Amino acid sequence: MTRFRPDDERDLAQIITAAVAQEEPLEIVAGGSKRGLGRPLQTPHVLDMTAFSGIRDYEPEELVLTAGAATPMPEIEAALAAKGQMLAFEPPDWRGVFGGTGAPTLGGVIACNLAGPRRIKMGAARDHFLGFRAVSGRGEAFKAGGKVVKNVTGYDLAKLIAGSYGTLAVVTEVTVKVLPLAAEERTLVLHGLDDARALHAMAEALNSSHELSGAAHLPAGASGGDRPLTALRLEGPLPSVMARAEALARELGAFGLAETLATPPSRALWRAVREGAPLASDRTRVLWRCSVPPSAGPALAAAVSRAVDARSFFDWGGGLVWLAVPGAGDGGAAVIRAAVAASGGHATLLRAPDALRAAIPVFEPQAPALAALTRRVKDAFDPKRILNRGRMYADV
Amino acid sequence: MRMPTPDAAVIARRAEIAAALRAIVPSEAVIDSDGERRAYESDGLTAYRQPPLLAVLPSTTDDVARILRYCHEAGVKVVPRGAGTSLSGGALPLADGIILGLGKFNRILDIDFANRCAVVQPGVTNLGITLAVQHAGFFYAPDPSSQIACTIGGNVAENSGGVHCLKYGVTTNNLLGIEMVLMNGEVLRLGGKHLDAEGYDLLGVMTGSEGLLGVVTEVTVRLLKKPTTARALLVGFPSNESAGNCVAEIIAAGIIPGGMEMMDKPAIHAAEDFVHVGYPRDVEALLIVELDGPAAEVDHLIAAVERIARANQAMSCRISQSEEERLAFWAGRKAAFPAVGRISPDYYCVDGTIPRKRLPEVLTEMRALSEKHRLRVANVFHAGDGNLHPLILYDANEPGELERAEEFGADILRFCVAVGGVLTGEHGVGVEKRDLMPAMFDAVDLDHQQRLKCAFDPDGLLNPGKVFPQLHRCAELGRMHIHRGQVPFPDLPRF
Repeated sequence: MTRFRPDDERDLAQIITAAVAQEEPLEIVAGGSKRGLGRPLQTPHVLDMTAFSGIRDYEPEELVLTAGAATPMPEIEAALAAKGQMLAFEPPDWRGVFGGTGAPTLGGVIACNLAGPRRIKMGAARDHFLGFRAVSGRGEAFKAGGKVVKNVTGYDLAKLIAGSYGTLAVVTEVTVKVLPLAAEERTLVLHGLDDARALHAMAEALNSSHELSGAAHLPAGASGGDRPLTALRLEGPLPSVMARAEALARELGAFGLAETLATPPSRALWRAVREGAPLASDRTRVLWRCSVPPSAGPALAAAVSRAVDARSFFDWGGGLVWLAVPGAGDGGAAVIRAAVAASGGHATLLRAPDALRAAIPVFEPQAPALAALTRRVKDAFDPKRILNRGRMYADV
Repeated sequence: MRMPTPDAAVIARRAEIAAALRAIVPSEAVIDSDGERRAYESDGLTAYRQPPLLAVLPSTTDDVARILRYCHEAGVKVVPRGAGTSLSGGALPLADGIILGLGKFNRILDIDFANRCAVVQPGVTNLGITLAVQHAGFFYAPDPSSQIACTIGGNVAENSGGVHCLKYGVTTNNLLGIEMVLMNGEVLRLGGKHLDAEGYDLLGVMTGSEGLLGVVTEVTVRLLKKPTTARALLVGFPSNESAGNCVAEIIAAGIIPGGMEMMDKPAIHAAEDFVHVGYPRDVEALLIVELDGPAAEVDHLIAAVERIARANQAMSCRISQSEEERLAFWAGRKAAFPAVGRISPDYYCVDGTIPRKRLPEVLTEMRALSEKHRLRVANVFHAGDGNLHPLILYDANEPGELERAEEFGADILRFCVAVGGVLTGEHGVGVEKRDLMPAMFDAVDLDHQQRLKCAFDPDGLLNPGKVFPQLHRCAELGRMHIHRGQVPFPDLPRF
């Protein structure tokens, strides 16, 4: 096992070229916080990208930031916060999920296309990823996209790279769109709703004109108490969040009296939702994350619960279902995949022991034509399958 | 602009190809007469014209799959077409290729308010989606200026924007799923009513791929609730610099307006002469800033924007007091293109994006280029996101003026790239900006893009001659220039 630590793009291209020549795959790491995400790798070498770190260019009034791919997220977030800005897709940290110690990096967040509760309003990492520099699995340095917020020049390769888990190219530099932090937030909390009724409350709120930036439901247990909790977040200038919180509470009167959380407790609640905290702490269980049509969320959780001992909570207005199930057997895979197939969407085995993640698909299995296209795309960028081989699918 | 040399052997097979297509779709859905083919000879970039080999108008996904499979096997090129409103020649036909017209795919299949989305066929117009859902207070956010005519399938192909995209995003941020057909006839579904892709984000890749990767046969879009309130400010400035500073300070204050449009003096005068909505004539730059959202927020932000405008030498500042007044503010901007069309026999709309802070020098350069090319230019500008639309005035009947207008436009776009911007913000590369691609991307960059094309369409039959200045064979692009043993393995310890 060799650990390569390139200092610059030329170095990196040379290492990849050599790995191609030897046909010896590389595992790409920086902070290493999400090494447990995806299929476990058994590569002969590790490619340590930590040298590609640092903010290169940040112009708040242009809404654009360029940084080395291995720049730690805390550094990015601190620089943005100092100018009253943020990455609006609310990227999770997930050290609490995977138990890692190294800080997540901007490149890692993008490679996994992460997003937090604000996904429903502001999109995921892919929606804020404007351009990049990278070295492909052909050992060639290339760039794509741009450093401005609006650009349709050529194929949108940034979309392809976001969520490709390092299997197509090793990204060295990232340009992202940044947005202003909201001055204030308020969260309305409804207590005691069952899953189906919580779904109705969330849908009514999301279908209102109050521009929600979060809608989550924590059933009893996941809520930290013996009563379910339904949370609805509003962000903006103070007069706006006050007026909207009051109006929304009135409109949702049929669902009971809403408690209103001010900015600090609201932030703490949404951080917990973002990090999967309601379920992640029980390390005896495996974690699944299912993206489905919002109206299908509660039915999916109910179907899974009928077959296995599952705990769940809901984000994205019901469209993101977190499930914690016992790790025995297939870790609930058969029943979860069947339920997702019925509703449409996809399920990811987010956290499980290596043996289980090697034995069953981590990501949603693809239909044959799509799987074939996926392999052709992999071949276009990494024909010798050097980069993170097997991270997403056994042969990719 | 040179298109690939047509294949005379394919043109000679027109009757045979028409007959084969008539075995797939009804006879009248294949258009092969000289007169009728001419209806398809151009899109929104009217300087270029070429009747297609023939046009075929399928009705179902199965029709599309069978047509593409036939063309794949028969080696016939295909140009997909929605409403043909592309401003970059994305739907420009080929003499040896068929037009695949998707106008019959015009049904709205499913409106799902519980999941805040709609499933529509690709030939539905952009505005048609909003019209179908506005009774319930919803809308589809991207609003390209051609929204009354352009189709959602074309919007996917071009990743269309509009005046509200700084706040609401462009097409790619508002799509949930598509059904599409590959050139080999395989049908794929990407996404659905849920968020984010399973596997590679091929939905994101398809969006803005200008019809080169596949044919979209169904689209699922996100629906948003219409904001309860929208109000606008109309602000005049003594210089482009002061207007630009005002825009930067609005953003720096943490305000993302629903729309923020700027016009320069020639555009202001052309618009005011045309629609008479009370635009000030004595200003150098005019800014329309629209705030939308909950009433309490809009009132709060309007006051903040007004303070910033006054601090930046605003010569006039009007705040809309009614919906009529807000629409009047917009009327001039929305009529800018026809207004310019009134004062010049022809105009050429350019589309580039720049870092906003470079606006004053870009406008200065544009004035110099205007003198160099001896053509007038008026500017409208999506100020919030740095997307410029210079309108170059020319007369196509004057020999050489079209060529001068195109060279002027190319100079502008090269300058956009030179200051850190890009060749196109929302109109696409098409044939129009194809040969400028090397100004922004080197050969290795372009090869990586073309290899993606090879994964979707290895024979290069789908919309060839667009986007890429040079076509390479996929076999050549796939070759690896590495030979075992020739590269020393860098076995230094590098911990």
